[in-house]
Amino acid sequence: MIPIFLVGRVSIPDVIHLFNIMTDLSTVNLDTDILIIGGGAAGCMAAIEAKKTDPNIRCIIMEKAHIERSGCLAMGLNAINAYLNNGQTPEIYTKYIKDEFFGVIREDLVYSIAEGLNESVKQVEELGLPIEKDHNGDYVTRGKRSIRIFGERLKPILADAVYRAKVGVLNRVAATNFIFDGERVRGAYGFNSRDGKLYVVHARAVIVTTGGASGIYKPIKKGDARNTTWYCPWNVGTGYAMGIRIGAEMTSFENRFIPLRVKGVNAPTGTIAQGSDIMHRNAQGEEYLEERYKHLGGERCLSIYRLLATLQEEKSGNGPCSLDTRGLSVEAEEKLKTAYLNMNPAIVLLWANEGYSPGKRPVEISGMEPVVIGGHCQAGYWIDRERRTTIKGLYAAGDVAGGAPKKYVSGAWVEAKIAVRTAIDEIADIELLHVSDDEVNREKERIARCINGREGLSHEELERILHETMDEYAGGATAHYELTESKLIIARDKLKEIEEKLQDLRAKDNHELVSCLELIDRLDVAKVLIAHLLYRQETRWPVFQTRTDYPERDDTNWLGFVNSIYDPVNDRVKIVKRELNETLCNI
Amino acid sequence: MSIFIDEDVCNGCGRAEETLCERICPGDLLFRNERHKAEIRSQADCWTCGACVKACPVQAIDLKLPTQILESNVSLRAKCTKHETVWEIRNGNIIKEEIVIPATTWNGTKS
Repeated sequence: MIPIFLVGRVSIPDVIHLFNIMTDLSTVNLDTDILIIGGGAAGCMAAIEAKKTDPNIRCIIMEKAHIERSGCLAMGLNAINAYLNNGQTPEIYTKYIKDEFFGVIREDLVYSIAEGLNESVKQVEELGLPIEKDHNGDYVTRGKRSIRIFGERLKPILADAVYRAKVGVLNRVAATNFIFDGERVRGAYGFNSRDGKLYVVHARAVIVTTGGASGIYKPIKKGDARNTTWYCPWNVGTGYAMGIRIGAEMTSFENRFIPLRVKGVNAPTGTIAQGSDIMHRNAQGEEYLEERYKHLGGERCLSIYRLLATLQEEKSGNGPCSLDTRGLSVEAEEKLKTAYLNMNPAIVLLWANEGYSPGKRPVEISGMEPVVIGGHCQAGYWIDRERRTTIKGLYAAGDVAGGAPKKYVSGAWVEAKIAVRTAIDEIADIELLHVSDDEVNREKERIARCINGREGLSHEELERILHETMDEYAGGATAHYELTESKLIIARDKLKEIEEKLQDLRAKDNHELVSCLELIDRLDVAKVLIAHLLYRQETRWPVFQTRTDYPERDDTNWLGFVNSIYDPVNDRVKIVKRELNETLCNI
Repeated sequence: MSIFIDEDVCNGCGRAEETLCERICPGDLLFRNERHKAEIRSQADCWTCGACVKACPVQAIDLKLPTQILESNVSLRAKCTKHETVWEIRNGNIIKEEIVIPATTWNGTKS
């Protein structure tokens, strides 16, 4: 397509008007010191910390939805799973994570998270989060590293604190790209789905906290339940994609996360199983973890083995597998219902049906479609201990930041605080520079392409092809999550075909325009994901990354990180191997 | 169906610029229709998070199970008071159970 407005004198609003759509894409310019992209758990905490560190600092959150109920905490949360209970230390915590990920984690990152977990939780409790306490006033624990909370209003509580701190919030502004001068990130562009304008926010430092990526693979539920997925369906990996497009180094995309969830409603199983004596049982009535997987730890095995064992039972004809909740007391059922109303209300709806209560019917469990995520597994920006990315002026925290799995919400808070403190330390000498109108127009043209496609393809049509491709050829649920080189190469080629179709997209309104931009972001994430999956020629994390053509773990060659840097000029994902103890400081 | 909006109860949030459910939906799925009532643009895109159910000031929205999971009359309704969330598990018009959960200990005012 010829970028009309770059050659002629026609202004952007005129161009868009020709295509008869409400979107005018006129520019709103804003300047700030710190720009935070994504107002979820990490983003809100970063903003609160920015104002705490320097009350005079200008800080803006750019948020696609509304910070009061956005991101993966929109439903609420019933436990904080990264917390050091009595007897736990940062050393023990780091070792536990390292074992759980078969030796490949960034210990420096995990350790720095562990050091700040309890303080962050205390801080949010003071903001108004109710935490369950025993008769001594101590937190009620759910295992060594978990506490129970009443977190249904966790997001509104954080959002309130953000507003009280006088942080600027741009709700309904979906980030589209970084403002990047080739050397340094100078801010970000965002499309406002309400007023149809392009927000050009220049900043002295940018913190990316957009979350991970769901919707890369075909959802296991279909029809009107297709979005009842576990990870927020509107976390589409935009933060990853924006970084990929400017050549930021990414790590461990191949360490996908596949949660074991309550079948149908995709509710977390930990609420039922963690810290209880409820057994996993297959269709034959066998306690399969105890009977067949004792060598891996039985009922107390790592969560990755629980997933592996359950899927193997299914595959060998012993499914469905369930958490055997039969016989639960009425009080225990009530407790579970309360816990789930704080986190996943749909399961309570299911249980309210005649014969479906957990005391009467075992809770069926299954695997879900894979997601790319840095908070449970470790896909994300390659960062140093201070949460600098490899691009100047850009810092990362939360699910979008890599190398530190199982950080969960409390770890995301710690990372956000570290990131924003680093950013504030470093912006003293940084001038706020504005990019040229040509640059802004280039981004407008990119967005306008989603409106003007001649073929009139909908984002849903292309999304379906992406989902089928990833599901069948890149180890989705249908393919038992298994990966082979030959299939991954097919996936890579098919993604190229989808990319060629992008020019035919046509959005009918602002909502669809955001969906089109999200699809482009998903494709960029998928492209990098496939490059990572192809490169690691071993099976490091069973199910998450099972290469059936390289079924063994190979510590001699692969005890380290697979990283990538995208080259937009040649449309090539360049892979870089990094040693275990290699951080940005010694690159 | 993921949510049911009772148009007899919904008042379209009066003259507010947008309805409270439209303001809050993390998937930007709700809008005010030509009858000045809240409407969901795509049931299939709903995450069943319940943000709209909790935000509705007149309890016009029920959370339902998508039929792909289970076809049923059961629904959830919520009322958010300052410190608690009051849930109703309903079967049609009958309230089967009410569950009250602490939601925040924050006493300050919203700014």
